[in-house]
Amino acid sequence: MRFLTCVAACALGGALPAVAQTPNPADWPAVLEQARGQTVYWHAWGGDPRINAFIAQVGEVLSERHDVTLEHVRLADTADAVTRVVSERAAGRDTGGAVDAIWINGANFASMKDQGLLFGPFAYDLPNWPLVDTDANPAVEIDFTLPVEGYGSPWAMFQMVFEYDSRAVPEPPRSLDALRAWIAENPGRFTYPQPPDFLGTSFLKQALYGVLDDPSVLLGPTDAVDYDTVTAPLWAFLDEITPNLWRSGRAYPANEPALGQLLADAEVDIGFSFNPGRASAAIADGELPDTIRTMVFDDGTLANSSYLSIPYNAANKAGALVLANLILDPQIQALAQDPAVLGFQTVLGMDRLAPEDRARFGALELGIATLAPDAMGTGLLEPHPSWMTRVAEDWTARYGTAE
Amino acid sequence: MIRAAPGLVVALMALPVAAGLAGAVLPAFGYFPALGGAAFSLDPWRELLAWPGLGAAVRLSLFTGIGATVLSLAITLLIVAAWQGTRSFRVVTSLLAPLLSLPHAAAAFGLAFLIAPSGWVARALSPWATGWDRPPDLLIVHDQAGLALIAGLVMKEVPFLMLMTLAALGQTDSARRMAVARSLGYGRVIGWTKTVLPAIYTQLRLPVFAVLAFSMSVVDVALILGPTRPPTLAVQVLDWMTAPDLSLRFTASAGAVLQLLLVLGALAAWVLAERLIAARGRIWASQGARAPGWDRPLRALAALPTLAIGLGVGLGLAGLALWSVAGLWRFPDLLPQNFGLRVWTDQSQQLWRLGGTTATLAGLSAMIALALTIAALQAGATRAVGIIYLPLLVPQIAFLPGLSALGLWLGLDGTLGAVLLVHLVFVLPYVMLSLSDPWKAWDSRAGLVAATLGAAPWRVLLAVRLPMLTRALCIAFAVGFATSVAQYLPTLLIGAGRVGTVTTEAVALAASGNRRLIGVWAVVQMTLPLAVFALALALPALLARRRRGLRVT
Repeated sequence: MRFLTCVAACALGGALPAVAQTPNPADWPAVLEQARGQTVYWHAWGGDPRINAFIAQVGEVLSERHDVTLEHVRLADTADAVTRVVSERAAGRDTGGAVDAIWINGANFASMKDQGLLFGPFAYDLPNWPLVDTDANPAVEIDFTLPVEGYGSPWAMFQMVFEYDSRAVPEPPRSLDALRAWIAENPGRFTYPQPPDFLGTSFLKQALYGVLDDPSVLLGPTDAVDYDTVTAPLWAFLDEITPNLWRSGRAYPANEPALGQLLADAEVDIGFSFNPGRASAAIADGELPDTIRTMVFDDGTLANSSYLSIPYNAANKAGALVLANLILDPQIQALAQDPAVLGFQTVLGMDRLAPEDRARFGALELGIATLAPDAMGTGLLEPHPSWMTRVAEDWTARYGTAE
Repeated sequence: MIRAAPGLVVALMALPVAAGLAGAVLPAFGYFPALGGAAFSLDPWRELLAWPGLGAAVRLSLFTGIGATVLSLAITLLIVAAWQGTRSFRVVTSLLAPLLSLPHAAAAFGLAFLIAPSGWVARALSPWATGWDRPPDLLIVHDQAGLALIAGLVMKEVPFLMLMTLAALGQTDSARRMAVARSLGYGRVIGWTKTVLPAIYTQLRLPVFAVLAFSMSVVDVALILGPTRPPTLAVQVLDWMTAPDLSLRFTASAGAVLQLLLVLGALAAWVLAERLIAARGRIWASQGARAPGWDRPLRALAALPTLAIGLGVGLGLAGLALWSVAGLWRFPDLLPQNFGLRVWTDQSQQLWRLGGTTATLAGLSAMIALALTIAALQAGATRAVGIIYLPLLVPQIAFLPGLSALGLWLGLDGTLGAVLLVHLVFVLPYVMLSLSDPWKAWDSRAGLVAATLGAAPWRVLLAVRLPMLTRALCIAFAVGFATSVAQYLPTLLIGAGRVGTVTTEAVALAASGNRRLIGVWAVVQMTLPLAVFALALALPALLARRRRGLRVT
């Protein structure tokens, strides 16, 4: 194996000459110059046609303005792109890698940053960075309690919202305790994606916030506390609701879209999502009935950001940097926030924008099911990544393998 | 040139298979330098054994894999035994092409939509018969015994085994055997089982082994229909392999090796069962019971699964096609409230681009595989090329990361050529699988006659053997084409995301659970191989129109 690696590395060294010139993000004109004519392969989840259409639109602007071609590599799972970079390092390909940019956050980001698989820091050098509202949203610089340190550029913010059918649930439960009571009264009408799915585990973390007297322990690693004692109320809560879940907890939907489909089929009455604008967009496309509304818990719901990161061995780093800057452009950010397009929350600060750019955001309709920004309540900080891993593992041992 | 073919095939296959296996076995014992595993250890196995769902997952994989294989084989043989030579049988065989060309994932989605509590069956009966104005809270899809998964697999494996049986029948004197058996007073089914089955089963063995290995390690169908707490072992291995926590790759590799051992164990058990059944069967056959009275009930029995599969696939696909043009479609409405082509127009550009790439890859790889297979078989190699069956027996998820590492070492990944090569690794076995038995069963006396008339070996091949095998050649090409179209993980990993096909697009979209999009891509994914299969079945009949002697039953 090692011999092969050697041979291949030599062959690669010969075959790939000067493509691997690493750009310096601080020298932006040089980055633009180097990016000209490059093709950027952006590895991003491809499961939502609205997101795919948005990325295609970004690609058109990128090619018009900067002569950079964008190829959206549609992933079924972001971890596939991580796998790709890991195999490239295993094969000794430290330059000319296939992944130029990844849409990433959470455990994937933590894992790549830990392993030194990311290029950077670059985010603070992007010309559009000063528009990002780091004062109002300090969370954009902290991904799941880990400082991003410029290894990823935040481009959208998300907050968990519950989606309910107002026909079936005129008075939705606005706290974890109210949800507990509602589930008991309406057996079979609520469920969550099966952990370790991202959204499913997020529900468990949301529940942790609801059952803990002092949720601040969630911001440190699990090793720092008496984990079993801290999580005992969570398991008590789940033991209580599980018999009254959809299918009595004998099966769970696989992921966010599967949960959304259950809501569309009226198999459940309450679902949830990390994109506050998803329900409105789905109603507009005829995928959800127009009686669906969204709500948040009075005590707040989990919030996080999405980042664009560049692998350490990306072949077209300059092009990827230009892309990272473009998706922070007010025009693109307003497009992403348009509920008819995506309904993502922008990371830009309105007071930092030129008047005509501010007007772009002001002109946006909210959408029939979307909450106004002041109705979104508190955004709760994502717990340390170790909670996600450990709670999902324990869930699997307790509920995921039974019988 | 032809003499070098078996060697070429072995060389072409040995390297990827070896790299793939090393990529599964080395990390299973702790060796994966890029992730910090520099020394061998048994830790991955300890981690695997510590997973609480292991016992249940292994039981599930065995139960669903063996269950689906036994059922598929039994149904196939029953249908052929009860109906061969009748008009209904010709109708059934003409339906094979659409059934075969339907990708597993699309068939599974179609079935799921039919039988789910919010599916078409429940909608058709609600609310007038059931009183449901909301979907009932019943666990049908993802049931814990894996019955829905078995149903989904049987639906796709019966057509495959049926095609293989037809190819085998064409090379045995089944008509004469049946004539003798019938004239001795045997019933149709019993007579077929006693006289024809032993002759064709030897040709069916390898396809059956492939079905068994596939059913035990399938990922996409199990994701859509299979249990989730825990899932089958193959799905769990995929979960670990794609988990963000990279240290789980070691556990995943150990699980992959375990999956390989399970498949080998099941194959060994199958061979043992074959022996036992053969021994009992010989006694049974020589007892001479005619049992003509069984024909009627057995025929009726064979009609049931035939209908179920036809309706399951047909209605499932119709459901998907309908979803692709559906507007709002609430429960319990039997049909959508409104229709629109929005999804189709949104996707049209992608459809054409990716459809072209897919057809190019599939056509080229099937053609190359066919040429290599003919050359290798002509050179007389049968045993030496056994190694190419390995890609069918090792779970894809286990040996593909290793294969992609090889592509990286050679600097070949991300190109159309590399994807073509890796498709060949999977297409070649299936082409050889469908061609080698008919090839062996060819009546060599025809070649002998040609040779005595002065024809050189290559002329015997081109002018006698290949024309006589037209049907088998066409089927082998179509099987290869469909195999290439269906490849997901190889295309994704070796193509580095730069070579897209309708299948990579479809599976990425399948993650969305969006029935409208899945409908669009399932229809397109089916159309390509369907066209080729239809040609493969029509062409021999067309060519043989004026050569009655060439016709096969």
